[in-house]
Amino acid sequence: MLEIKNLHASVEGKEILKGVNLKVGAGEVHSIMGPNGSGKSTLASVLAGRDGYEVTAGQVLYKGKDLLEMEPEERACEGVFMAFQYPVEIPGVGSVQFLTAALNAIRKHRGKEEYDALEALTLFREKLKILHMSDDLLGRSVNEGFSGGEKKKNEIFQMAVLEPSLAVLDETDSGLDIDALKVVADGVNALRGPKRAMLVITHYQRLLNYIVPDYVHVLVDGRIVKTGDKELALHLEEHGYTWAGERALADAAGSKA
Amino acid sequence: MSTTQDTIEALAQREYKYGFVTDIEQEFAPPGLNEDIIRFISAKKGEPDWLLEWRLKAYRHWTELYEAKGEPQWAFLPYGYGPIDYQAISYYAAPKQRPESMDEVDPELLRTYEKLGIPLEEQKWLAGVAVDAVFDSVSVATTFKKELEKHGVIFCSFSEAVRSHPELVRKYLGSVVPHTDNFFAALNSAVFSDGSFVYVPKGVRCPMELSTYFRINAAQTGQFERTLIVADEGAYVSYMEGCTAPMRDENQLHAAVVELVALDDATIKYSTIQNWYPGDEKGEGGIYNFVTKRGKCQGHNSRISWTQVETGSAITWKYPSCILQGDNSMGEFYSVALTNLRQQADTGTKMIHIGKNTKSTIVTKGISAGQGHNSYRGMVKILKGAENARNFTQCDSLLIGDRCGAHTFPYIEVKNKTARMEHEASTSKIGEDQMFYCQQRGIGLEDAISLIVAGFCKEVFRELPMEFAVEAQKLLSVSLEGSVG
Amino acid sequence: MTTIVKQGLRHYLESFKRFENGAGGPDWVRSVRRAAIERMAELGFPTASDEDWRFTNLTSLAGKKFDLEAGGTEPAVLQLGGLAFPGDEAVRLVFVNGRFAPGLSKLGKLDKGVIVASLARALSELREVVEAHLSRYLDYESDFFSALNTAFMEDGAFVYVPRGVVVELPIHLLFVATATAEPAMSHPRNLIVVEDVAQAAVIEDYVALGDQEYFSNVATELVAGESSVVDHYLIERESARAYSVGTLRVQQARSSNVASHTLLFGGALVRNNVHPVLAGEGAECLVNGLFMPARGQHMDNFMRVEHASPHCASRQFYTGILDGNGRGAFSGRIIVHKDAQKTDAKQTNRNLLLSNDAQMDSKPQLEIYADDVKCTHGATIGQLDEDAIFYLRARGIPREVATALLLYGFAAENLERMRLQSVRRYLEGIVLERLPHGSILRELS
Repeated sequence: MLEIKNLHASVEGKEILKGVNLKVGAGEVHSIMGPNGSGKSTLASVLAGRDGYEVTAGQVLYKGKDLLEMEPEERACEGVFMAFQYPVEIPGVGSVQFLTAALNAIRKHRGKEEYDALEALTLFREKLKILHMSDDLLGRSVNEGFSGGEKKKNEIFQMAVLEPSLAVLDETDSGLDIDALKVVADGVNALRGPKRAMLVITHYQRLLNYIVPDYVHVLVDGRIVKTGDKELALHLEEHGYTWAGERALADAAGSKA
Repeated sequence: MSTTQDTIEALAQREYKYGFVTDIEQEFAPPGLNEDIIRFISAKKGEPDWLLEWRLKAYRHWTELYEAKGEPQWAFLPYGYGPIDYQAISYYAAPKQRPESMDEVDPELLRTYEKLGIPLEEQKWLAGVAVDAVFDSVSVATTFKKELEKHGVIFCSFSEAVRSHPELVRKYLGSVVPHTDNFFAALNSAVFSDGSFVYVPKGVRCPMELSTYFRINAAQTGQFERTLIVADEGAYVSYMEGCTAPMRDENQLHAAVVELVALDDATIKYSTIQNWYPGDEKGEGGIYNFVTKRGKCQGHNSRISWTQVETGSAITWKYPSCILQGDNSMGEFYSVALTNLRQQADTGTKMIHIGKNTKSTIVTKGISAGQGHNSYRGMVKILKGAENARNFTQCDSLLIGDRCGAHTFPYIEVKNKTARMEHEASTSKIGEDQMFYCQQRGIGLEDAISLIVAGFCKEVFRELPMEFAVEAQKLLSVSLEGSVG
Repeated sequence: MTTIVKQGLRHYLESFKRFENGAGGPDWVRSVRRAAIERMAELGFPTASDEDWRFTNLTSLAGKKFDLEAGGTEPAVLQLGGLAFPGDEAVRLVFVNGRFAPGLSKLGKLDKGVIVASLARALSELREVVEAHLSRYLDYESDFFSALNTAFMEDGAFVYVPRGVVVELPIHLLFVATATAEPAMSHPRNLIVVEDVAQAAVIEDYVALGDQEYFSNVATELVAGESSVVDHYLIERESARAYSVGTLRVQQARSSNVASHTLLFGGALVRNNVHPVLAGEGAECLVNGLFMPARGQHMDNFMRVEHASPHCASRQFYTGILDGNGRGAFSGRIIVHKDAQKTDAKQTNRNLLLSNDAQMDSKPQLEIYADDVKCTHGATIGQLDEDAIFYLRARGIPREVATALLLYGFAAENLERMRLQSVRRYLEGIVLERLPHGSILRELS
């Protein structure tokens, strides 16, 4: 599904990603953990195609195609979804209008017939029901006046509607109370499937109690220094990231010897 | 640097669509301003003596103002503007051929209005909008006059009203904006050439939208139209105006006056889409738009609602206001003002509460892009007798890029304790973040821009008549392309 | 005025001398206290010419001598019965006239590592955590009452929730004022530390048994770790003759989420300071308040919301319902620091005047040093909508009930923002009790 090879990227001339290698297969859930400033959000932004992130070396293949060559909306249409760390407010633009525009852009791209307003609304209601979310948000402008928790839930709802092949969740758990966290996790778990891959970026092990990943990667200073299963996350919670960084250095030193 | 910005900038290389010039034989007054010129204009129009006297009084007042301190200096126009040489302007320009009926209108003129999207042949209008077309100094055509006459509605050019309904004109002219009101109102009162006149009689709901389309065509002229709308007891009228001008290197002056009078239980809705030529990105050329618009809610339960979408002009100086004199009267001001390139706008409103239970609503949306400067200047005044007056003001600014500016100058004066005032203000920036969010959901750039801008302006657009709302939205998207990023 | 103020200061300096000899605590606390009392003397009582105190005159407070050692009787457990919540509490600490009363407190079973104790005990037994946070945030350099509180800090509540722990039930801190021979003063100092990814709800509850005169000057430091979620409730029901100053200083780390709910009902002169600092990126705070001054009451709300990092959001909603000759003030200052781009700050202050003698001053203020921000403020001062009352009456609802319904609706918006249902219900009851004709509504529901 996704293959990242020796990815280097900088922001404003400063190198943040220093050679990331990662392979994500269909049906897999990968978690990327790491301290603040290690490059987690940069990786998500590069995958979604945000401006201002310069890829200086490396390659990203998505379903065999060069992802980095595509415009952001093309990536979205091809099935890459990013749940934003800071979802943006768009005042005056109704959630239904916005999401219908997105849904139809993607359907059109896939050669499917576009939905009319009623069909779209029916779909939205259905998805909200599955996610146990209130349909209040349909009557509001996109993210406007939403609390942090509501914004994060809205991201999950949009993901459910747009049914991506690859979902990148950028710190969707930050700042959530325990109830909201469960709603988010349930939403993500409901979407897990053999044809779908997920990249869950988080700072805390807590989320992984609810979304159990197949793999856990530790990103430190722009590189993946360690890969393991969910046990690795627990270990990190207890010993901190320095431990992973040191272990990686020790491993590297050991392998050289 | 960024691909988003590049793409949008590429999209944006589109010119001011209405910048063409119509080639038609016109007659002009010689440039200059003096009593003879005023007599010339008045004579051209065959005006009665009282009107000529009124003009001359205004001219003398203007001369005093001009010699004392010149134009008013309080507006926030950081780029300033070139000195206006009032003696270099021709105060009268009109097509030579004066048609007696629509069939006689010069085909070149019909084509001009067609190109502007305003067909003057009645059968081309599906929605039933009556149009008065003002070309430079004179009205060239008014549609649906017969149909309106059936309902007793008078809709004609100002000059014609002076001839056919002198008693109405004399009663209301200058009753809301006296010739002494301000520098530009004085100038307009002296030299105004044409404009529209509307009278809706008692109890009549005007059966169609009325509209005036203003076009400046000739070089070295100004446009000084005068509009007067009177809604008698229980009447209702919705009126719209649109404006365009050719692209020229020199600046042209537009100094209009609009007066509205609403009697008991009457309602006037006045909508403007102002798209005068804005000049180029170096600030060369463009219209100087100095306009005085005011409505008087003279009767009880009367209502005046201003809606404006200001996207053009090099300078906009305009404060459509309401005098809320009748008890329970209501004033509204909804505005979208956009400044791009090196445009400067200082615009807002005045709500003067005099009567009891008067209510005013102000919703303004300022959009600044490029090197544009956008100021909201608003005054809410609650006089002593205005028991239970209410005002709601919402003032939002949107900044696009970092070379533009947004400024607010609210003035509040409350002399009655029972007043209830609400004020909301916000300043925000759109940029890559909102654009990227839309794109990440699969929505393309052009769609994203219109979506975001339409969202920001929603509360104002929904006040516009349908036909105008669509046009306004398109106009904003076009004016903004190239500035996001 | 000047002589009164000077005498007032002298009284605090003398009280401090007596206090300092007997007070406990490690050396660093002693030196902070000394620095604070010196600063207090330098600052002096704020006067009307001080912009932050424009709406509140402190002359009468400055002229009074309150006794730090007034003592007072401990109430019987029975008297406190009515002050418990209808729902469950995790813990209840009770303080009488500022002193911890272990006999009246109820210590339930707490999750692993959670500590709820008196500050006095924490100062001697939990030095490490206390020293890392106590007096690190409260601004006693420029604020008179913070300096005064810091000089006398000794007892109060200490709450500590370690990393990752979720405390589901509220932690109840009950401060009771009882009758004393001389007018008493107390300076409770609370420290609440909620570590990374932890969650807790704390209720500070200030109640008077009786109508005595006293001076309560509380300060709370609330430290919210990364991605933590903290609900803070402050319920003020001091006596009708009380002088009550409360300062809540919140320090928020990255992605933390703090809600501050304040309800002011009692007191003669009340000053409510809320000062959250959004120090870490992506932090979010809600500053929610309802104040109801009636006859003889003055309530001054002073908000200072500081955005110090990018992507933070703050929401201020303060609602005033003023009756009789009650006076209210609201100052809402939003400060956006230079690096705090993408700040989203919103402030709303709504006020209802129920009588012609009530008076309200509202002052929004924005200080913005960043250029990519969204800040909005709105203020309304008005009377009950006669049209709405008429509408209800036209549907057959008697005037009193219509009035009560509308008033309750006005206040309910603030109650609805509270996450904990048990607390919300409890407060609904108190609000109804205070509203004119509120009892009618209670019977209806």
